[in-house]
Amino acid sequence: MDHASLGWWGVPLAVLAGAIRVSTPFLFVSLGECLTEKSGRINLGLEGTLVMGAMSGYATAYLTGNPWAGVLVAGLAGSLLGTLHAMICALERVNDIAVGIALMLLGTGLAFFLGKPFIQPQAPQLPAIPFGWWSSSAQVRSALDINPLFLVGLALAPLLLWGLRTTRWGMVLRIVGESAEAARAMGYQINRVRLLATAAGGFFAGVGGSFLSLSYPGSWNERLSSGQGITAVALVIFARWDPVLCVWASLLFGGAGALGPALQSVGVTQGYHLFNAAPYVLTLAIMIATSSSRHRLAGAPAELSVTR
Amino acid sequence: MGNALRFSRRSVLKTMTAAGGLGALGAGLPWTPAMAKTLVIGFLYVGPRDDYGYNQAHAEGAAAVKAMPGVKVLEEEKVPETIDVENSMESMINLDGASLLFPTSFGYFDPYVLKEAKKHPDLTFLHCGGLWTPGKHPANVGSYFGYIDEAEYLSGIVAAYASKSKKLGFVAAKPIPQVLRNINSFTLGARSVDPAITTAVVFTGDWSMPVKEAEAANSLIDQGADVLTCHVDSPKVIVETAEKRGVFCTGYHASQATLAPKGYLTGAEWNWAKVYTDFVKMVQGGIKPPNLVRGGLKEGIIKTSPYGAAVSDAARKHADDVKAKFMDGSFVIYKGPIKDNKGNSVIAEGKSHGQTDIALESMNWLVEGVTGSIS
Repeated sequence: MDHASLGWWGVPLAVLAGAIRVSTPFLFVSLGECLTEKSGRINLGLEGTLVMGAMSGYATAYLTGNPWAGVLVAGLAGSLLGTLHAMICALERVNDIAVGIALMLLGTGLAFFLGKPFIQPQAPQLPAIPFGWWSSSAQVRSALDINPLFLVGLALAPLLLWGLRTTRWGMVLRIVGESAEAARAMGYQINRVRLLATAAGGFFAGVGGSFLSLSYPGSWNERLSSGQGITAVALVIFARWDPVLCVWASLLFGGAGALGPALQSVGVTQGYHLFNAAPYVLTLAIMIATSSSRHRLAGAPAELSVTR
Repeated sequence: MGNALRFSRRSVLKTMTAAGGLGALGAGLPWTPAMAKTLVIGFLYVGPRDDYGYNQAHAEGAAAVKAMPGVKVLEEEKVPETIDVENSMESMINLDGASLLFPTSFGYFDPYVLKEAKKHPDLTFLHCGGLWTPGKHPANVGSYFGYIDEAEYLSGIVAAYASKSKKLGFVAAKPIPQVLRNINSFTLGARSVDPAITTAVVFTGDWSMPVKEAEAANSLIDQGADVLTCHVDSPKVIVETAEKRGVFCTGYHASQATLAPKGYLTGAEWNWAKVYTDFVKMVQGGIKPPNLVRGGLKEGIIKTSPYGAAVSDAARKHADDVKAKFMDGSFVIYKGPIKDNKGNSVIAEGKSHGQTDIALESMNWLVEGVTGSIS
């Protein structure tokens, strides 16, 4: 091995770097979905929101030259889609899952349509903070080039947990999610609370999308998301509706996704399809290990249509 | 009363079909000089046409056709390899009067293009993939493909001169023969310069997976690869990642030079502009295009990207010498003895497989010097 190569050390490094690089969209979408589901509604449309966020963020960054403006616009586009979901679901006898699927198709379709002229141009990218300045190894330095959005996501998770647990707004949100009748009896407007929760969730998911197009992999095209939004929605169940657990789940998913390419690049080449499937095998295993036929999932808001 | 109505309706339909048939017969023959006014040509792409990759290469060809006199070009993007291909072609034929169609994705051929060709025997369908077999497939279908691995061999030579770590990285989609052939030719080209060079391959599993492609590129660079190349639908993400990490890259499908002004060395490109304008000239001149067109650098079906600034004079000279041999047809890439990366002899001493050799079409091995496996 020559000096430039890390050999087997490359695998844990790649998993760590992958966890940091790949996890951010998962993190934002799952935090957003966590918030929405805590209010008693599922927004499956976040895949569409993610793609729409990626497109609108990239387009805005390209047109204005400012990537942070892209992040903002992506968030706003996301909350617009979230508001739409909440407003449709506020109508009588509307199923939130069906609306979510419709919005997923609408979001991706709209993003593909509007994003056509932005596939080719290169937009300015979000700057990364070089946390690896202390290392002499180029690989470590590159792995520790951390995007500020990742840090924002990390800070957001405990903040959300605290907010949901101790603030008045958080408690209202949880009452609405646990028992709509109790909330109604107390005089809270259920639809308004859910609208705000879904719009905020959409904002987060939109920001997550802008990370895809403005940081990593850092370009807009139609296969950019390849189902990450849906995976992140599933991560919320996996994380038991706990924002801090969402962080760990996202990191785990990001790291597991990096395992396949990393092993192949050091020469473990047999069975790479299996390594590529690692994140999904992992989810299945944990879901089976923690599920129970006797009681409903711990932490699940009681008003969710899937657990009711 | 009812009967009379039914009879009259049927006869009306009959007359209409007959008239329509006659009309179609008159209007449909594409290479009769009487029809030489405007030739309507339809292009179908499987993805977006500005993807810096496979589809852009075809769209550049279509753009060259558009500039020719007496043609009208229709384009449709993102046509999946499903019955949608038939529907798109039907609407191009029926609504716009297209008489020459270019369904450009490999997976369009069977059954969609074949079905449409049987349904419209007087129109011409030219498919990208080189899949036409005489006797088995309709005569109004053509299929064309290029030996792009010749350009990959040249890229390998240039990469070898640029590499300091003697380690090259290849991000590939799936281990199918065309992809393996590109990986092998790239590696053979590099090892013709320095036999110590190795190529590490990462298969991502599908043609377009931006996040996984970026991960693969990063892992390869972390493992010391200092020249990257790829065979995926859109090399954009890989080329951008290489440039960001400060390593070299060579391109594929189309030129990605603008994405990596510092690190782009050269690349293997399709030259569909020449192929398509040739086809259209034939059809305009009343000549039936050949059913099977294949070729490499010599036939002008593929080309190489202009050398980047980082390419040394020695590399340019070496690559240009080999290119000249490709141009006069005297160079053979797959000349024995060649071993695979497990140590088995795959091409014996004294045996050689020229580009057109059908044995190369079922390649299922990786050449010595490649780190990777196909299963």
